Amino acid sequence: VSQELEQIASSAVKLAIDSGATDAECTIAEGAEFEVSLRKGEIETLKQAGSRGAGIRVLQGQRAGSAYTSDLTPEGIAKMVSSALEIAAVTSEDPFAGLPDAKLLGKLPVDLQLFHDDVQRVSTEAKIEMARLAESTALAADPRITNSEGASFGSGEGTRVFANSRGFVGSYRYSSCSLHTIPVAKDGESMERDSWSSSARSLSKLESPEEVGKKAAARVLRRLHPRKVPTQKCPVVFDRRMARAFASHLFEALNGSSIYRKSSFLAGKLGESIAVEALTLIDDPTIPGLFGSYPFDDEGVPGKRKVVIENGVLRSYLLNTYSARKLGLETTGNASRGLSGSASVGFGNFYIEKGETSEEEILRSVKNGFYVTELIGSGVSVVTGDYSRGTSGQWIENGELVYPVSEVTIASNLRDMLMRIEAIGSDLEFRGSIASPTLLIGEMTVSGQ
Amino acid sequence: MAFRESFFASRFGLTERDLERYLSAALESGGDYADIYFEYLSTTSIIIDESIVKSATQGVTMGVGVRVITGEKTGYAYSDDLSPERIIQAAKVAARIASGPSKIDKTGLEEVPRRNLYPVLSAASDASLSERVALVKRADQAARAADSRVFQVTAVYADALKHVLVATSDGALSFDRQPMTRMNISALAKQGDGVPQQGYSGAGGRIGLEYFDQTTPESIAVEAIRQAIVQLDAVEAPAGEMTVVLGSGWPGILLHEAVGHGLEADFNRKGVSAFSGRIGQQVASPLCTVVDDGTMDSRRGSLNVDDEGVMTQQNVLIENGILRGYLTDKLSQRITGTKSTGSGRRESYQHIPMPRMTNTFMTAGESDPQEIIQSVQKGLYCPNFGGGQVDITSGNFVFDATESYLIEDGKVTRPVRGATLIGNGPEALKWVSMVGSDLKLDQGVGVCGKDGQSVPVGVGIPTIKIDRITVGGTGA
Repeated sequence: VSQELEQIASSAVKLAIDSGATDAECTIAEGAEFEVSLRKGEIETLKQAGSRGAGIRVLQGQRAGSAYTSDLTPEGIAKMVSSALEIAAVTSEDPFAGLPDAKLLGKLPVDLQLFHDDVQRVSTEAKIEMARLAESTALAADPRITNSEGASFGSGEGTRVFANSRGFVGSYRYSSCSLHTIPVAKDGESMERDSWSSSARSLSKLESPEEVGKKAAARVLRRLHPRKVPTQKCPVVFDRRMARAFASHLFEALNGSSIYRKSSFLAGKLGESIAVEALTLIDDPTIPGLFGSYPFDDEGVPGKRKVVIENGVLRSYLLNTYSARKLGLETTGNASRGLSGSASVGFGNFYIEKGETSEEEILRSVKNGFYVTELIGSGVSVVTGDYSRGTSGQWIENGELVYPVSEVTIASNLRDMLMRIEAIGSDLEFRGSIASPTLLIGEMTVSGQ
Repeated sequence: MAFRESFFASRFGLTERDLERYLSAALESGGDYADIYFEYLSTTSIIIDESIVKSATQGVTMGVGVRVITGEKTGYAYSDDLSPERIIQAAKVAARIASGPSKIDKTGLEEVPRRNLYPVLSAASDASLSERVALVKRADQAARAADSRVFQVTAVYADALKHVLVATSDGALSFDRQPMTRMNISALAKQGDGVPQQGYSGAGGRIGLEYFDQTTPESIAVEAIRQAIVQLDAVEAPAGEMTVVLGSGWPGILLHEAVGHGLEADFNRKGVSAFSGRIGQQVASPLCTVVDDGTMDSRRGSLNVDDEGVMTQQNVLIENGILRGYLTDKLSQRITGTKSTGSGRRESYQHIPMPRMTNTFMTAGESDPQEIIQSVQKGLYCPNFGGGQVDITSGNFVFDATESYLIEDGKVTRPVRGATLIGNGPEALKWVSMVGSDLKLDQGVGVCGKDGQSVPVGVGIPTIKIDRITVGGTGA
């Protein structure tokens, strides 16, 4: 499959050049997905299918145009190429547009272990059984867990192909699988749901169905009968799942596109101290087997490890070719694109380096504060750094979790939060491309009653 | 227009016999119901950033999805190849959900009555690229000219034309041509060495380019700039419970989050919504009547026919505070016996339909909007929001105020910074004490996400007063 697709991508690039483009790059994505969902032990949906698509970006001098299609026949590809050229005729001259220099192109020479055939070898029956067991474990955990939004097992595999007119052609295969369950607990008038999921590139790395079910059950039970606390300023602990959300805001703020457009509160801060000394943040697409790993980025530049924040000092932005040229820097190999449009900036494995304190010790250190286990809403601006999100979790008194809290918000500013990190957990774990250990922020505003 | 003149018949030679053959293949293992959904989507987008046309894209995707229902189980498969062999193959994969002999007697297909809720004079997809580029340039120039403190402008134009066809084993055949066009502008402004502030505005719908004669690119741009400039003087947002007045229009997202999702039939059938089993109960103040209406002319959330071949309609969700009904699709109809409300929607041929909202709004009340503000001693006035989210089980929802002002002694005073508002669905609307006469629908840029599927929606609301809701600022 990969070779056939590499050929299609190369021929699309060649066709573009033959048709008058001065440069061209083509991405092809092919993939298959499987998903089964169950509820109360009965199958609800079973979905299985595959699809493919191609995207091209052409340059005519300094003008760019792009097009995409799901039709990979020679006619479909030809239409896509002419469509992109038609577009390039109406876009503007942009001195910064263009492919990476040929010397920057390349692939990591190691096997990143992104594809594992155990995902496709496992039978449909076994997949159904895993979902069933995750759900039944959660339902059996406590009589107050009376209902369920179900459980699901999903898996996918695919191929990513990239070719450009500066001689790059490459492809890699990947696989993934995930197990997820959402129990619902009810006690009197109080009804709550929560979930747990595990995902990995290999089936052998997935948490067991029993573990997924037990964790989901524990999470939902502790939410019953929540209180709304009085409005106050206090320390806030983010569990590592929610700390990931914090890290994702930092990614948005460090994204080269936001930097050159000055739409980030971190623009112009290279070399400055922007966080507590304990904070080190890394982007590393070269770690084998993880979701954020890639041998080359979506412009054909090899993945590269970067220390983004080192002991509180901002050392690097995340850049693709375009944002790098705008800033007079070199790409960091963080180009990311779908099939349509031009490359944006993405992340590899983007994580906050672990500290030395366990989550338990962090919680024990808090006299009166809030332990955040869920966040909703999108009230974060990386332009201003203003932060205000809906949340639920547990109240902490003298180091103990004393009761669940919901229908409150937490607010601060990302700038202040970075300077108020008082503890970083030792519990770093990669569950997706973004990861963080437990974090304690010294003070935020909790708004409730 | 008859079926044979429809897009898939004329372009791909699709016949009714083909459709019947595919449906039979889908039911060969004894499913109770099957449907097949064809989609052909072409899109164009143009982005002006830093005053140059930086990026533009055209694209085409097509595919077909086959669904088989047996009891409460759904099998689904799709193909991006419209050849008969691949469609039959997808049908057979979807059919595996069932086991047994085929048990449906085919009845033949009957066309769903046709109407056109979104007639366009000047189809965006027929206009030249340069004509569309010119529209975006007007927006960029107007934004740049509006205020000297503006230093970044991004103007995005996007149009899409989606052809769909649905054929079902219960005999419905529908096809539709669904245009969608929008323009949005975001801008950054800065005062001296101060912190930059962002403004955002957008407009569109199932419209032709003639729409921009009325809602001009300039007017959209000026609104984005106005919002950025207002924020330059914003002070800390307050924290805690207080009286909040929502402006008319887009703040209707409150209804979408606080009640809309909680009334989707899938959650209620499963008993996992905070609104489950509450039909006939008081869930809002008697001043509140909330409607979901997929039949409004040219609106972003409107559909002639839903993605399961059922005509959309106006559905009353809450009437004078009493919960009246849920939003249902064909699966919930099969399981609970409640007729589909025309709310079965899906993101694309790769997705299984589920109950979704269309255009959700609160009907107008009797209060003068000015009097509503004058009635508040101390509170917050919120005329603009970003997005929102809800946990349908606990009922807790949030929405992000992007433009708001303090109300002091009945007057709108200082602007405050962005803040999240949080409330509980079945409780929040009980605190509505005044409803304005100024119902307004949003400008047509809403996107609703559920279970990983995004669909376009509309919202609307008159000015309303909520006596108590929590505001998530940082101030005292």
